[in-house]
Amino acid sequence: MIPVSYFFGLSIVLFVLGIIGFFVKRDLITMFMAVEVMLNAANLAFIALAKAAGSPAGQVIVFFVITVAAAEAAVGLAIILLVFRQKKSIKAEDMRLMKG
Amino acid sequence: MGIFLFFLLAILCVGGVLGMILSRNQAHSALFLVLAFASLGGLFGLLDAPFIAAVQILIYAGAIMVLFIFVIMMVNLEQGIAPEKKRWTLGLSAGLAVFLLGELAMAVRGTLGALGRTGGQSIGSPTELGRLLFTDYLYPFEITSVLIIAALVGAIVLVKKKEKE
Repeated sequence: MIPVSYFFGLSIVLFVLGIIGFFVKRDLITMFMAVEVMLNAANLAFIALAKAAGSPAGQVIVFFVITVAAAEAAVGLAIILLVFRQKKSIKAEDMRLMKG
Repeated sequence: MGIFLFFLLAILCVGGVLGMILSRNQAHSALFLVLAFASLGGLFGLLDAPFIAAVQILIYAGAIMVLFIFVIMMVNLEQGIAPEKKRWTLGLSAGLAVFLLGELAMAVRGTLGALGRTGGQSIGSPTELGRLLFTDYLYPFEITSVLIIAALVGAIVLVKKKEKE
């Protein structure tokens, strides 16, 4: 019998860690991984609240979130690959085309 | 027993994410993330969601991370990217993160006590989930297939090399 609030607290911690990773890392691939961590933190919150509410609807939402994350990963990694082909770099600070 | 399992998985998960952030090598980052996602699957299992736990491990820790590793292999930087030279951005991001953590904790403080405990009636059996997916959530389910086709075609068109080049 674990309190559901523990899971909720863990999801908050994971979300904040994802944000830290997104700010601190400088290559696009690891920044993208940090975004995935944030998505998973949201999933954990959904499932914890589904358990607290006693309804499986939250789990269905998580199913959709995982599907969308898979599609997002495919397109995002394709874009990163394109950027690497053009710039020969995946550092975030090299993407300054729109900076003028 | 359950509480011990929770703390073991939680520490593995947070440790995996921290390892991902601190590791200099991208491939190591990806492997740390696999660890974090796998232990998150275990946490989903503790929360009475066996189907989502299996999907998490198969799709996230399996398929998506393999995609990441493939891209890391294709990009193949000889040396890792050096950490940020400017210290103030690190301090600023740490400060912002602590601020956000406090803000989120304040936001959920009132609800945490009302959440109850795990155990009791089982809610997330695959049968029940499948029934919901094909009745109440039928339209989102079908739209998801369109989304996946679009992502698939988009990814292929994006990385395809032009024939003239």
